[in-house]
Amino acid sequence: MSSPTGESAERATGPATGPSPDTSRRGRWRALPSPLRHLLLAALGLAAVTALLFVTGDLTALRLAAVGYTMLAIAGLQLLVGGSGQVSLGHGAFMMIGAYTMTLLVLHQPMLPIAANLLIIVAVSAVAGIAVGAATARLHGPYLAGATLILAVGLPGLTHRYHELLGGSNGLNIRTAGAPPFLQGVFTNSEWKALVVWTTVVIGLAVLATISSGRLGRRMRSLRDDETAAAMAGVPVGRTKVVAFVIASAAGGLGGGLQAYVLGTATPSSFTLVLSLTLLAALVFGGIGSLWGALWAAITVVYLQIWATDLARSLELSRNVENNLPVVFFGIVLILVLRFWPLGVHGALTRLGSRLRPSQTR
Amino acid sequence: MRRGPLGALAAALALTVMATACTGAGEVADSGEVDLDVSTGVTDDSIVLGSHQPLTGPAAPGYLAVSQGARAVFDYVNAQGGIHGRQIDYRVEDDAYDPAQTIDVTRQLVIEDEIFAMVGGLGTPTHGGVIDYLNEEGVPDIFPSSGALAWNNTDEHPLTYGWQTDYTKEAKIQGQYISENFSGQNVGYLYQNDDVGEDSQAGLDQYLTDEVVAREHYESEVSDLSAQVAEFERTDAEVVVCSCIPAFVALAMLEAASIGYEPQWVISSIGGDTATLQGLLAQFTQDTEAEDVPADAFLDGAVITSYMPRVEDQEDEWAQFFLEVYGEYGEGETVTNTHVFGMTQAVMVAQVLKSAGEDLTRQSLVDALESQEWQGPGLLPFSSSGGDHGGHEGVYVVQYQAGGTFEMVQEPRVTDREGGDIEETDFERLSPEALDFHD
Amino acid sequence: MTHFINLTLNGLATGAAYAALALSLVIIYQATRLVNFAQPALALVAVYTAYTVTQLTGSYWLGFASALTAGLVAGAAVERFVIRPIARVSQLNAIIVTLGLLLVVQGLVGMVWGNEQHGFQYAFSYVGRFAPSSVFALVSVGAVAVLLFALYRFTPLGLRMRAAAFHPEAARLSGVKVGLMLTVGWAVASFIGALAGMLAGPPFISPNVFDVVFVYGITAAVIGGLDNPFGAVVGGLLIGLGMSYVSGYAGPELATLAALAIVVIVLSVRPDGILSRPTARKV
Repeated sequence: MSSPTGESAERATGPATGPSPDTSRRGRWRALPSPLRHLLLAALGLAAVTALLFVTGDLTALRLAAVGYTMLAIAGLQLLVGGSGQVSLGHGAFMMIGAYTMTLLVLHQPMLPIAANLLIIVAVSAVAGIAVGAATARLHGPYLAGATLILAVGLPGLTHRYHELLGGSNGLNIRTAGAPPFLQGVFTNSEWKALVVWTTVVIGLAVLATISSGRLGRRMRSLRDDETAAAMAGVPVGRTKVVAFVIASAAGGLGGGLQAYVLGTATPSSFTLVLSLTLLAALVFGGIGSLWGALWAAITVVYLQIWATDLARSLELSRNVENNLPVVFFGIVLILVLRFWPLGVHGALTRLGSRLRPSQTR
Repeated sequence: MRRGPLGALAAALALTVMATACTGAGEVADSGEVDLDVSTGVTDDSIVLGSHQPLTGPAAPGYLAVSQGARAVFDYVNAQGGIHGRQIDYRVEDDAYDPAQTIDVTRQLVIEDEIFAMVGGLGTPTHGGVIDYLNEEGVPDIFPSSGALAWNNTDEHPLTYGWQTDYTKEAKIQGQYISENFSGQNVGYLYQNDDVGEDSQAGLDQYLTDEVVAREHYESEVSDLSAQVAEFERTDAEVVVCSCIPAFVALAMLEAASIGYEPQWVISSIGGDTATLQGLLAQFTQDTEAEDVPADAFLDGAVITSYMPRVEDQEDEWAQFFLEVYGEYGEGETVTNTHVFGMTQAVMVAQVLKSAGEDLTRQSLVDALESQEWQGPGLLPFSSSGGDHGGHEGVYVVQYQAGGTFEMVQEPRVTDREGGDIEETDFERLSPEALDFHD
Repeated sequence: MTHFINLTLNGLATGAAYAALALSLVIIYQATRLVNFAQPALALVAVYTAYTVTQLTGSYWLGFASALTAGLVAGAAVERFVIRPIARVSQLNAIIVTLGLLLVVQGLVGMVWGNEQHGFQYAFSYVGRFAPSSVFALVSVGAVAVLLFALYRFTPLGLRMRAAAFHPEAARLSGVKVGLMLTVGWAVASFIGALAGMLAGPPFISPNVFDVVFVYGITAAVIGGLDNPFGAVVGGLLIGLGMSYVSGYAGPELATLAALAIVVIVLSVRPDGILSRPTARKV
């Protein structure tokens, strides 16, 4: 994750400046170890969300939570697609695994605290990631895309097969605990759940960012750029690909699990092909080159539909037009943004940012 | 210098985890009492009603007509002056049959739109995800559009009032009808692979045992019934009970026609919208004798159970009334029985709003529901009181006749959803003029 | 035994539709190295054009012809005006743009014709075990595959199209109008996609009617090998048959899982598809 202050621009301006001491604020910031940097940013993000929750109501709490878990899932996808170059059209399947794991745990082991559930979800999703990664390691490009596509479409079939356990078409409904008793007055249940979501999300993002800026991230990017060259340079290709999938599946699973926690339901109709395609499309729209793209993507996924529906309603059109306007709107926005801002929203913002800032001669 | 912040963060993290570890994720505290003496969504000139329906997406085709019909009736009511001088503001939100979206739009309706009540929330998986929320927030949940048994559960969801005859009641009456009128014949079940199928089989199996030679299910995502119908033909099922939505009824009929298999179809109310079926099947009768009424080749002789007025019934006052109302206030030209579903719901909603009185609060609405004497437009008795929020209590049986008419082959009968008997009923309806549902 | 035959025939009929869609995807892939999500959108445009024309004129075949024409024209237009500016920059972006196009077309179709289902005829009678409509599906798809193969292998146009796709710079130097070849490629692909739509549309069309078929079409193209039109046909029939047998013997809810299993098995053994030529081993 490139720091939002335009670090990428600086990296491009020249080779390493050597061991000369750098006492500016930016230099001190970069001197901190990467995990700490990302955790501090995470804490800042969490504080911002908490402040936002205090001033808004329950509906926004629900939507903020949605932005949170969607962002985590998409961030995992960013690492997989933008990081290791493996285009996966089946990310919704990982979210589904996480969601059902959460609902099953709450239904059958309600005494487990949420943190334990989340850890179990990470484990289960990681196993799924290993399976998928191993199966697709030899595939590339459209073949990988096709295989992951059919995964996204086929996995919901399991809920119909294992009707009693997984609830079939009607899915599983759960009730999850709200704020703990000593915090009841401070937070509503919705706000509490949003906080739980965002705490997990910022921690997850910090982990993803650390990975991305570390050796594993570099290896993944080398695979993306040229697999043969990476192999010759000693990067264990198959293993790195699988690890990329594991990270993506863990993030996706957590996202799905948090969704089930907030909404209290997991049904196959929430995890259709449309979800997987939307996640990828939103990621590319948001900016596939950076984890920040996941934020814009998540906001788009959650809010674009709502704004488009409000817009449609206010225009007082015929009902057929009104109903379909949101989907047309999203499609048009997608096409236009990618036509004029190929690097997505984040790419455009970064360029805008570096243009506005006076040129640095570092 | 580095250890400090790292340590502090670790401590904060540990605290957070401990805070959440106090309670198990699934251990939910009991919610407090809800206050129903409120008039949320009610002003001097309007009442805001909300609904979630699939308006777009793969599930939309069969269900769009429900909200279209309801809207036409509400427009009619408003044109007559409304209810106690208040206009009905009917707000339908699209959930694309995705329960995750249903939750969002329901919250939006309750928190932002501040609806007075939820009416006709559509779909079992979708509505099932918001029923807890609505009851907890004290929002009356009136007449969900689904026949699931879950809506009649007054212990847990006292504010939810079912409307559709539930699948088991309907299936019991179907089963009894088949065992009496097609005794000795082989029976096959074709059902949707969710609670529709489960609950329908529970009812059918109370009256049919050895006759059942095949049980085939379908998934609504897979638009292909060739394997299932082939199995019915193979096992020589002479009667096929279809607990399906119209698209799949039509598919089944087409598939049967393509292999030259002609069973006696027995169709549930959810699939028995003959007007929609006509529309879907009209294209496929080119090589058959059916000329004037295109889909007759398929529908002739089909037995259908229902509880609502039928739009093709020339002699039903309510059907004619609905045709007029839709002609004036509705969109599009054809009126199908799915429109009638929405319109019947809307009339009953308007009726109970009127009964709730001028001083309209949620409590007065609940009181009205609990004491309302229902007399139509449905043809069956309706229950919304005394711990039984089951809605319509049974079905009648008609048989489609070539030429587009119906013969009522069994008068309305009622039953319960367990092993109780099926009883006849002499239910009297009021006419559209006599029923008090608008000013 | 008859059950098996029924399932086989059904599988072949549905497989033909998947094969047709797979063919159109293969052509686009061969021409542009893109996975084209807009294919179902173009098929939708074609099918609804046919629906309207048939409603107005009463003739099925007039509608059929207008569908194919609409597909051709729409495909060319999409390549020229929407895809080309974007494919220059990034392949992934182009794929996502085709996705955006799908959303726009589905929404527009819903706006104009509504989201309800409309009955839509088969090409010929659908009655009978060897229904004429199923035979037509298989024959037409087979014929198209053969014609395509001939086009690419034996005609100068095909050679130019292949050159434009695989070595655009060298092709340009040889005087090949690369841009035009891309447009022709898309036009041909969408023509076939329109055929696929006419085969897969019946009996009921709605804006989302091709969503599922498209997935199986991609699957068929992938397991057949994206560089071989016959692979697309083989893949389509394989998927159609596999899903039919699984539906018939094990249960319809397992049909999609069966497709997943087929993909996993085939791609583990041959990662580039059944009929693909193995690529040179990497060092």
